[in-house]
Amino acid sequence: MSRIRFRLRAFGSFLYDFVVGDDWRIALGVVAALAAIYGLRHGDGVDAWWLLPVTVAAVLAVGLWRVVRKTTPRKSG
Amino acid sequence: MTTGALFLAVFLACAVEAVEATTIVLAAGTARDWRSANTGVLAALIVLAALVAGLGPALTQLPIGALRLFVGALLLIFGLQWVRKAVLRAGGYKPMHDEAAIFQEQFGAAQAAEVQRRGRVSDWYAFTLSFKGVLLEGLEVAFIALTFGSNQHAITLAAVAAVTAIVVVALIGFAVRAPLSRVPENTLKFVVGVMLTSFGMFWGAEGAGANWPGSDAALLVIVPAVAAFAGLLVLALRKQATGTLVVAAENAAVGGAA
Repeated sequence: MSRIRFRLRAFGSFLYDFVVGDDWRIALGVVAALAAIYGLRHGDGVDAWWLLPVTVAAVLAVGLWRVVRKTTPRKSG
Repeated sequence: MTTGALFLAVFLACAVEAVEATTIVLAAGTARDWRSANTGVLAALIVLAALVAGLGPALTQLPIGALRLFVGALLLIFGLQWVRKAVLRAGGYKPMHDEAAIFQEQFGAAQAAEVQRRGRVSDWYAFTLSFKGVLLEGLEVAFIALTFGSNQHAITLAAVAAVTAIVVVALIGFAVRAPLSRVPENTLKFVVGVMLTSFGMFWGAEGAGANWPGSDAALLVIVPAVAAFAGLLVLALRKQATGTLVVAAENAAVGGAA
């Protein structure tokens, strides 16, 4: 039983790494933007194609900014 | 999308993955046993072929809207991860992918491991190293070929592009018997990341019900726009990296003086 659980967990971890990768915020942003486009289109009839490029630019820039912030040393003295 | 663009996108993506797989197989074969390494490659290719044969027809059965939404979302997430890594590498925040260094690392580890025979495989380590390498890199190849192909109802063309890339890279790799460190892998990954992101964005939004201005012609704006934005991010990161070095040097000087 524990062996099956171990293998399932390993497969889940592989799948997460394969699809989501290093930054889960990217996946979350993409899914949220697509859900919003779908909702706006089918609910209010709004054609929000522009939402995806805006989201892509934002998640990419924010994700990179987080890496830069982590690796930049603070000025001392 | 023209068939040429589909072929190019899949070919480039698959070539990059094939270069990485070739390095692993070369390390397993050179350091250990070629027969076991080749058996590992064959076993991985059989698993991949079964996966493609099973998933390919299933994907084409989905309604086009749902297919584009699902595939677009996956491609976009995948593409953004590629672009993110490529920008970090080009900006100096992540080490460049170095096939020669990876080969040396794999080669050293392979030489140190003990020889173990299992069934018909004379060297289990060489077999598993090559099997895992080809399967993991091949999964990305299969994913890209299937998603691009199914969306354009051109799975055969996408498969031909993928197989051509693999054959070309494998032939060159085994002819020179050395890792393909001269292939501009980091640049290729940047280009592929831009293409995956652009097509993912286009199909994802269409699948969700949006209509791009200009329809398919919108791709002629999306692809260069994504490339330009990623290029700007690289410039910004390089500038920041230079500033970081200055601050680190100043801190070192202050620390030394104190």
